[in-house]
Amino acid sequence: MHIDDIKNGIVIDHIIAGKAMEIYNMLSLGKLDCTVAIIKNAPSKKLGKKDIIKIDSDIDINLDVLGYISPNITVAFVKNGKITEKKHIGLPSTLTDIIKCKNPRCITSTEPGIHHIFKLSNGNTPVYSCIYCDTEA
Amino acid sequence: MRSLIDILDLTTEEIDALIEKAKDIMLRPDAYREKCRYKKLATLFFEPSTRTRLSFEAAMLELGGSVLGFSEAASSSSAKGESVSDTVKIVSGYADIIAMRHFKEGAPLVASMKSDVPVINAGDGGHNHPTQTLADLLTIKREKGSLNDLTIGLCGDLKFGRTVHSLIAAMSRYKGIKFTLISPDELKLPSYVKNTYITLKNIPCTETNSLEEVMSNLDILYMTRVQKERFFNEEDYLRLKDSYILTPDKLKNAKKELSILHPLPRVNEISTEVDSDPRASYFRQAKNGKYIRMALIMMLLGVE
Ligand SMILES: [Zn+2]
Repeated sequence: MHIDDIKNGIVIDHIIAGKAMEIYNMLSLGKLDCTVAIIKNAPSKKLGKKDIIKIDSDIDINLDVLGYISPNITVAFVKNGKITEKKHIGLPSTLTDIIKCKNPRCITSTEPGIHHIFKLSNGNTPVYSCIYCDTEA
Repeated sequence: MRSLIDILDLTTEEIDALIEKAKDIMLRPDAYREKCRYKKLATLFFEPSTRTRLSFEAAMLELGGSVLGFSEAASSSSAKGESVSDTVKIVSGYADIIAMRHFKEGAPLVASMKSDVPVINAGDGGHNHPTQTLADLLTIKREKGSLNDLTIGLCGDLKFGRTVHSLIAAMSRYKGIKFTLISPDELKLPSYVKNTYITLKNIPCTETNSLEEVMSNLDILYMTRVQKERFFNEEDYLRLKDSYILTPDKLKNAKKELSILHPLPRVNEISTEVDSDPRASYFRQAKNGKYIRMALIMMLLGVE
């Protein structure tokens, strides 16, 4: 496959260089049957260097994962070889079941069947805190 | 349906309304004796706290309601491994409102997500204890007549003291507030608390190691215990502990209208000689706790 000619799928662009594998793992792209291309350290006007992931299948992906790992990503959805939709992904306001709380005294460390939820706090620097115990991620 | 998990779940208007309601209950207790007739409060204390549990139970009984519940994990189902969610789903079928204390941070929030009835956080580990803060606020209002224009000194363990963090969060929303933080370097206020509630809100704040140095400026002195186990070594503890014990001598330069608060129980951080000083408000504060809990139970049950 030429990495540029995806028929029906997703192009995740403007990933901070070095973050592609983290996204690959968090989205479990290794489990897919279709072609997945990872381009590392591609030249970028904006970032200097960037990573790109191309997935040759129109799967559902968790956009919050992308925003959390590498803010300012763009995601292009491709149908019949044409881009049908382009999304800029900022920092998500909530992370649900993406990361887990590290505080051993947190109820999430023992309670079965609850969602791990983190909220973005509105300080000077973006910080995610556990909604249950307020511990920062 | 409302629950109270964090003091900031309440707006300042709601807090003011609760304070006014509590004051009215104190004034005319007879008018409230039947308000919660046939209503049941469940006290689920996964971690024992006799003082807090009795305050909640007395509050419900004085409103004409009844109470059921358990104290200590050993006698409850959680010792057998039942989750908070399951316990609460079952109990919310028996009771109209739940007060929960748990050793795990966030347990009451989980409970409120699963419960069909309002949940009050009665303390979740070292995290939150909103009804203590409501009692603190009612006390300040009664002693000082206002929650605005006050210089509030917080003394002792400001690092681990959850009541200190909640009180700062709550008071930072009122006008003309100044904070004075008095603690050993080892037990200073965590920077996230200071940033969120003091620095970002441009609230005047002084930090010091010496209580005597700032005593004369204070309108409120909120004392907390400096616990031995918070120190790395015995030497530091012995060196520092007396600096944070309140004695009549240290009150020499204090304002006549100062009000001294303490979330209780105290060990030795306030000398018993201070108890007879009219500025000692901490026993009144404990009593206030029952009245503000009465007001809160009524509010959450939608009783007028
Ligand atoms: Zn947590």
